[in-house]
Amino acid sequence: MADLSINFAGIRSPNPFWLASAPPSNSGLQVHRAFEAGWGGAVWKTIGAPVLNVSNRYGAWHYGNQKMLAINNVELISDRPLDVNLREIAEVKRAWPDRAVIASAMVESTPEAWHDIIRKIEDTGADGIELNYGCPHGMSERGMGSAVGQVPEYCEKITRWVMDVAKIPVIVKLTPNISDIVMPARAAVAAGASALSLINTINSIIAVDLDTLEITPNIGGKGGHGGYAGPAVKPIALNMLVALGRDSVIANSKLPISGMGGITTWRDAAEFLLLGASSLQVCTSVMHYGFRIVEDLCDGLSNWMDEKGFATIPDVVSRSLHRVSDFKNFDLSFKAIARIDQTKCIRCDLCYVACNDTAHQCIDLIAADGSVVPPAAYDVRSNGKAEAVGTRPKVVVREDDCVGCRLCYNVCPVEDCIHMIEEPSGRSPVTWDQLSQSQPEVTEDWKKMQEYRAKMGIHIH
Amino acid sequence: MTLPRAASSPQHPLGELLPPLTQHEAFVESTRCLMCYDAPCTHACPTHIDIPKFIKKISTDNLRGSARTILEANLLGATCARVCPVQQLCEGACVLGSEHKPIAIGRLQRHAMDYFYSSKINLFPPAKATGKSIAVIGAGPAGLSCAGELAKRGHAVTLYERREQPGGLSTYGIIGLREPVEVALAEAEMIKCLGVNIVTGKDVGTNISVSELQNKFDAIFLSVGLGYTPSLDIPGEEFILDGLEYIEQSKSGADTMQIGRNVVVVGAGNTAIDCATIAKRLGAERVTMIYRRTENEMTAYPHEYDFIKREGVGFDFLAQPIRVHLENKSVRALECLRMELSENDSSGRPSPRPLPGSEFLLPADQIVKAIGQKKPSLATQLNLTTENGFIKVDEHFQTNLAGVYAGGDCVRARGAASTVMAVEDGKLAASAIHERLVSRG
Repeated sequence: MADLSINFAGIRSPNPFWLASAPPSNSGLQVHRAFEAGWGGAVWKTIGAPVLNVSNRYGAWHYGNQKMLAINNVELISDRPLDVNLREIAEVKRAWPDRAVIASAMVESTPEAWHDIIRKIEDTGADGIELNYGCPHGMSERGMGSAVGQVPEYCEKITRWVMDVAKIPVIVKLTPNISDIVMPARAAVAAGASALSLINTINSIIAVDLDTLEITPNIGGKGGHGGYAGPAVKPIALNMLVALGRDSVIANSKLPISGMGGITTWRDAAEFLLLGASSLQVCTSVMHYGFRIVEDLCDGLSNWMDEKGFATIPDVVSRSLHRVSDFKNFDLSFKAIARIDQTKCIRCDLCYVACNDTAHQCIDLIAADGSVVPPAAYDVRSNGKAEAVGTRPKVVVREDDCVGCRLCYNVCPVEDCIHMIEEPSGRSPVTWDQLSQSQPEVTEDWKKMQEYRAKMGIHIH
Repeated sequence: MTLPRAASSPQHPLGELLPPLTQHEAFVESTRCLMCYDAPCTHACPTHIDIPKFIKKISTDNLRGSARTILEANLLGATCARVCPVQQLCEGACVLGSEHKPIAIGRLQRHAMDYFYSSKINLFPPAKATGKSIAVIGAGPAGLSCAGELAKRGHAVTLYERREQPGGLSTYGIIGLREPVEVALAEAEMIKCLGVNIVTGKDVGTNISVSELQNKFDAIFLSVGLGYTPSLDIPGEEFILDGLEYIEQSKSGADTMQIGRNVVVVGAGNTAIDCATIAKRLGAERVTMIYRRTENEMTAYPHEYDFIKREGVGFDFLAQPIRVHLENKSVRALECLRMELSENDSSGRPSPRPLPGSEFLLPADQIVKAIGQKKPSLATQLNLTTENGFIKVDEHFQTNLAGVYAGGDCVRARGAASTVMAVEDGKLAASAIHERLVSRG
């Protein structure tokens, strides 16, 4: 059995799964129950400045029959008094010495306020502190949260104030609401932070009510942008995680990164680990299904690691990071084409319409006699199950014309039916970068490009 | 237009069997649809309703658009949603059928149609009058469909119906368990709203002559259906009930209907199954269906056969009725001959042959026959060319008389007669009539 325990910037926990700083970690009662369910740690819901909340604070995005592919919220930091939170943090830590208890903090942007909160947190016996530079609503209007995270200079300055007094590990949590997440991360590195975490929620308007024309959720006739999170944000989070991992300043600092943003299953977790996260935080899927989901997060991850021969979490971390590159480094001679397994195909023709309408028109409908037929070629008098099924043409990729765009593969509803087959292109590997150095004229002039294509036998349908 | 529900309460033994889908059930089911391109369900539907399109519209809560999609292809969408043999048609062709459960297309269609009939919306604004007039004879599915399609194109249509109510077999011949009578009547009402003048209680050939109609109208469409059950030609036949009348009674007065304790139904088609269902559900102790061939040759749909077996109805195959036995002028038994199957006949099925000396008695106090329908009598009256007794039409649904068209069960010389085929006939005939009247100027 794989060892799931982690040591993240000196913070230890029996597994990499922490509750993210959010409603699930709002109280001692909740965190206690989460630990009973098996969570490795919890980042306490942010404590600090006094606040008042509103009703209808969560909106959600549903798709088809799937509820809550994303949630957005205008909830502020903890609305429970500071001393109550501090007392409960201390109680939970005493009761659960093997779990990671991290306090998230956000206060007014003065050295005094930050020094004060850091000392109070350290008095609780917490294992670490997370600086909330990401909250995109409400707090940011008061100069906190993402108002800090979006300005690298503020980020660095405040982190320095914190590091002046902090004796326990300090994690800087980054906002995704910025054009280049590397900048505030570098600022945190420069200020001496112990670790980074990302992503906080993304600015979003979830919906408009088509009956009342009000914003959803409706807060007394108004609504506004809220923090967007959940399964739908995972690809954005992974990209930002990779951006940090590929930045030399951040990579050289060796600061560990706590990854979050849409982690719902152990599969998501494994992907975050492979791309550089060494602890994982979860919120939306817990808000959807409760603390119990940690069981399969651990079990599935452990089984997968066993299957792959990974003994520990550090064995997995960043394993796939080196495969991330830029377009200019991709092999332009790499060739894949789509092939449809006729024994699995159910003839929904979704690949056909996707290819024909929106891609490269290289899937044909082939009738029983081998001829290419147009869609709906049947006679209007034809009907019945036997005729409809019996005369339905096959969908076949015209491989010579297939550019390997992979759209059909993506729309196919049948497991393992369309395969992307790697085929030798007959050309030596070459990247755009190499091409633009060796034959710059080809990359700058359409006429030269056409000549190059003709010479290389590149036929673009 | 509303769809009254009182008389078809699901609590009644012959009340509608399937409950409507809830909004949530319909939404969940609609999201399962893959939205196939050039979908096989649409091909399999005789009226070629764009099924993925109407289902997608249910999933986006565009029920008005969904209803319109259905009705544009099939004006009798509410009836078809209930009575179509979907297993043989759309659902049978669903690509999810092979490894998963096919989409419940019939029930989703009913969901959209129920919305339409309960929301008083008008989907088809009146067209500019063409000045042409057409008489449609028989207000069953083919007639309603043809009349409605012609009215949508601006023609003046008069629809003659010999019965008191329009709807044909939907009103009189399909048990309420599958389609409550109110659904059929609401549909006819909708056709009326399209501008069709429905004249009931007028029998063409009796009250009005066809030549009168030929003088008055630019074209005629015959959708007269078929007749009652043909004779078995056996002694005591007068004591045997006609299956279609049996069904009619169950729809007009189920509560006062006389049901035997021991009922024998002769025949093994879908009408016979409906008769057996009525008998069983209205209190018969024992119901037996007899058929001179075997279950392999029976014309009932497999799902109907499954249904009736679960109802607790028994079967006696390879049995041919030869005589009704009476006691005090009441039915006591049906005497039958045992049959065996021999070589195929003209219908492609093995023909039954009696086994000499195999007479046996089936105790019965009520016998119902459902062995098909008589051929249209109007055909002979009008001297129409026929094919096996059915009216013969060309590819444009025109009979041998110029300007006289026909469709529905009365032309169904080949293939299984069904509501949806009749609707398509009406639709195609309407197109042909329209083309003719418009091109002729």
